[in-house]
Amino acid sequence: MALTIQKYDAVVVGAGGAGMRCALQLARAGLHVAVLSKVFPTRSHTVAAQGGIGASLGNMEEDNWHYHFYDTVKGGDWLGDQDAIEFMCREAPKVVYELEHMGMPFDRNPDGTIYQRPFGGHSAKYGEKPVPRACAAADRTGHAMLHTLYQQNVRSNTQFFVEWMALDLIRDAEGDVVGITALEMETGEVSIFHAKCVLFATGGAGRIFAASTNAYINTGDGLGMAARAGVPLEDMEFWQFHPTGVHNAGVLLTEGCRGEGAILRNKDGERFMERYAPHLKDLAPRDFVSRCMDQEIKEGRGCGPNRDYIELDLTHLGAETIMKRLPSVHEIGINFANVDVIREPIPVVPTIHYQMGGIPTNIHGQVVVPKNGNPSTVVNGFYAIGECSCVSVHGANRLGTNSLLDLLVFGRAAGDHLIATALSSKAHKPLPADAGDYSLARIAKLDSASGGEYPQDVANDLRRTMQTHAGVFRTQKSMDEGLVKVLAIAERAEHLSLKDKSKVFNTARVEALEVANLMEAAKATMTSAAARHESRGAHTVDDYGDTPEHPLGRNDRDWLRHTLWFSEGNRLEYKPVQMKPLTVDSIPPVKRTF
Amino acid sequence: MADKRIFEIYRYDPDRDAKPYMQTFEIELEGTERMLLDALMKLKKLDDSIAYRRSCREGVCGSDAMNINGKNGLACLTNMRTLPQKITLRPLPGLPVVRDLIVDMSQFFKQYHSIKPYVVNDTPPPAKERLQSQEDREVLNGLYECILCACCSTACPSFWWNPDKFVGPAGLLAAYRFVADTRDQARDERLDNLEDPYRLFRCHTIMNCTDVCPKGLNPARAIVKLKDMIATRKG
Ligand SMILES: Cc1cc2nc3c(=O)[nH]c(=O)nc-3n(C[C@H](O)[C@H](O)[C@H](O)COP(=O)(O)OP(=O)(O)OC[C@H]3O[C@@H](n4cnc5c(N)ncnc54)[C@H](O)[C@@H]3O)c2cc1C
Ligand code: SF4
Ligand code: SF4
Ligand code: FES
Repeated sequence: MALTIQKYDAVVVGAGGAGMRCALQLARAGLHVAVLSKVFPTRSHTVAAQGGIGASLGNMEEDNWHYHFYDTVKGGDWLGDQDAIEFMCREAPKVVYELEHMGMPFDRNPDGTIYQRPFGGHSAKYGEKPVPRACAAADRTGHAMLHTLYQQNVRSNTQFFVEWMALDLIRDAEGDVVGITALEMETGEVSIFHAKCVLFATGGAGRIFAASTNAYINTGDGLGMAARAGVPLEDMEFWQFHPTGVHNAGVLLTEGCRGEGAILRNKDGERFMERYAPHLKDLAPRDFVSRCMDQEIKEGRGCGPNRDYIELDLTHLGAETIMKRLPSVHEIGINFANVDVIREPIPVVPTIHYQMGGIPTNIHGQVVVPKNGNPSTVVNGFYAIGECSCVSVHGANRLGTNSLLDLLVFGRAAGDHLIATALSSKAHKPLPADAGDYSLARIAKLDSASGGEYPQDVANDLRRTMQTHAGVFRTQKSMDEGLVKVLAIAERAEHLSLKDKSKVFNTARVEALEVANLMEAAKATMTSAAARHESRGAHTVDDYGDTPEHPLGRNDRDWLRHTLWFSEGNRLEYKPVQMKPLTVDSIPPVKRTF
Repeated sequence: MADKRIFEIYRYDPDRDAKPYMQTFEIELEGTERMLLDALMKLKKLDDSIAYRRSCREGVCGSDAMNINGKNGLACLTNMRTLPQKITLRPLPGLPVVRDLIVDMSQFFKQYHSIKPYVVNDTPPPAKERLQSQEDREVLNGLYECILCACCSTACPSFWWNPDKFVGPAGLLAAYRFVADTRDQARDERLDNLEDPYRLFRCHTIMNCTDVCPKGLNPARAIVKLKDMIATRKG
């Protein structure tokens, strides 16, 4: 069957914060661009971000990018690439000011400058005390940012393809990326987008876990497409648990609660974080706080009849601060926990939140893979930014507010780089003759299958397995078992079937196609995790505890390196961490205390 | 205790059905299936052809607006406790149905785009942020939080009759958001754009919009303010 072919200079897949910041850059430069999204742009999950955007504006207390740089390196447990981290922290004030100029409704200080609040792991003077660095619009920062970026794209006439789902990457015989295939949900038709450059900004895969702060659409499609096309995924064992997901609901309560002064308490009402992190207390980085909470629960000091949660106490903040700075938190408490946070503490548990790993890139957003001995060879025509990418600024544990920042900094940088690339190559490289066949075959298989399993049943089994075997505390035995189970579930995912065979807005088909992507993300996570024999950042394994040689279980001699997982053969390789920043001195690894 | 519910759902798939019909389902909900969206997902397991949009499941993305027992709302924010045993679900009224509970929102977004939904300020920006006082910023509260779910506009009789000419409450709320922003310089042009028998003045203050907004916003009040501004600038 001949597919419709549409030709563009560039195709951006994803219209979240990263995709739209990049698209804006491209539209302003007059490039001929298609931006695809599974959902209307403002429905992308960036809309759910609450707390803030990190930038050392120093509007409220003295701050500078060197402190931000230090905090990010340390927060990431030294797995982050220091060149990328320096780049991001230096660019931060600029991209935040730009966003303000675009009309972002930031909260304000009495002098009219942007309001900033303290956030976990962000400190002044290299860890001395918390510093307000999170630029915020109440607790709706992501919503305000995503809408502002959409509005500016409307102004610049960006061409959106709304409710189009990208299916697969198209690479030519040389391995260069020359386009994608995509499904128009409303009609069920598949088209080819032929482009000089393809940029992925498809967000995270948080839905590989059962309890997640992520939207249902966060199924790691970019990861799946990259993996199926032979591109490795980097550092997928590192998943952030956010300390304060609403117990039994998964919905997030921003770290901004603690930034504004809220306190975590155990069943005795004790502010236990004082014991674990005497300096930063409740505002230590997330991996650290999540483990402390888990420890409290394990030792029988959890709250509630089953002693299985911790309480987040905002009551001392007062109604005025809560309604002004944390109005959505108040709303979420009522809707999802039946709790009025002004009057009573709210039950919370560590909940899956953010994927530190992703498609490997350099600081221009170009995708890089190992080839002929160079671990970072550019894949021509292919870019990735935002949560689906791994540049790597977040290392083994992201600091809150650094993701929205990452979207802005690398959205802009990749946009600029892509413009130069697209403009310098005059003609499109030809499409391979079989360009759309693979995607069509995948759909035909789904449509013709009968007697297979319901996609969500398989996906739910996967989510439960990931939750049990790749949780906050991991053990070697449990990860090894988890890997066997995940591979077996992935096998089941080859045999799905749909009852609904309609062409028009077939959401069952979309969900089944998403399941294929979930499987790649989950296999990458389990395989990479089981192979990393140390504890680092969010990857904490009971077997690798604190010893004099390996502080907190971290083994820099053998494991100060990035994981690369290849789907074909479920194979791993490793590459060095970039310890050398662009202009300043490297920050050498030390034991991480707060 | 089993929580037995009866759903009547509007079904229409142009690929298969000559015309729309209502289909009845009976299910039992578990205690953890708290929200209408949870119930819908359970129904989809029974019949995977039921089509609806959803994403964030926490009321911030605006995907799952629908007509629930005659009133527009978000499935993910509608607690099952607040609903009777029998629940009738229809697509948002007044917009073309694509399939089942999914409507074509083009007209709604077209109106949103028509008010130039972006801050216009063509003076060269300062090296840092443009300053804005806390009081000036506070004016934007209750305006910028709109999630573009369309519950309001599709509850508005004026929008049903003139979706091509009347901006509708969501678009007008946005229009006021930009008029009210001290950083915006296109205020006069914005008001000119609305001074028209249809675009703004088709609103007869029926208040349906404010009644249904799942985010507790008040488009009707914003509309009154816009009308006042137009009246006084003539004055
Ligand atoms: C509840 C919550 C609160 C958060 N709060 C903060 C915070 O305060 N500060 C902070 O820095 N970070 C925060 N984060 C993290 C941050 O919000 C995310 O990491 C970030 O928004 C991801 O942005 P993105 O642009 O990469 O992806 P997304 O915003 O997830 O967008 C992905 C886009 O890709 C599209 N897409 C995906 N697959 C396909 C496909 N196959 N075809 C077509 N389109 C596709 C989607 O439609 C969407 O448009 C929070 C995260 C959550 C979940
Ligand atoms: S107040 Fe105006 S906009 Fe709102 S529902 Fe009534 S007529 Fe429509
Ligand atoms: S004003 Fe309220 S009801 Fe209307 S689109 Fe915005 S959020 Fe939805
Ligand atoms: S699913 Fe996002 S608003 Fe309901």
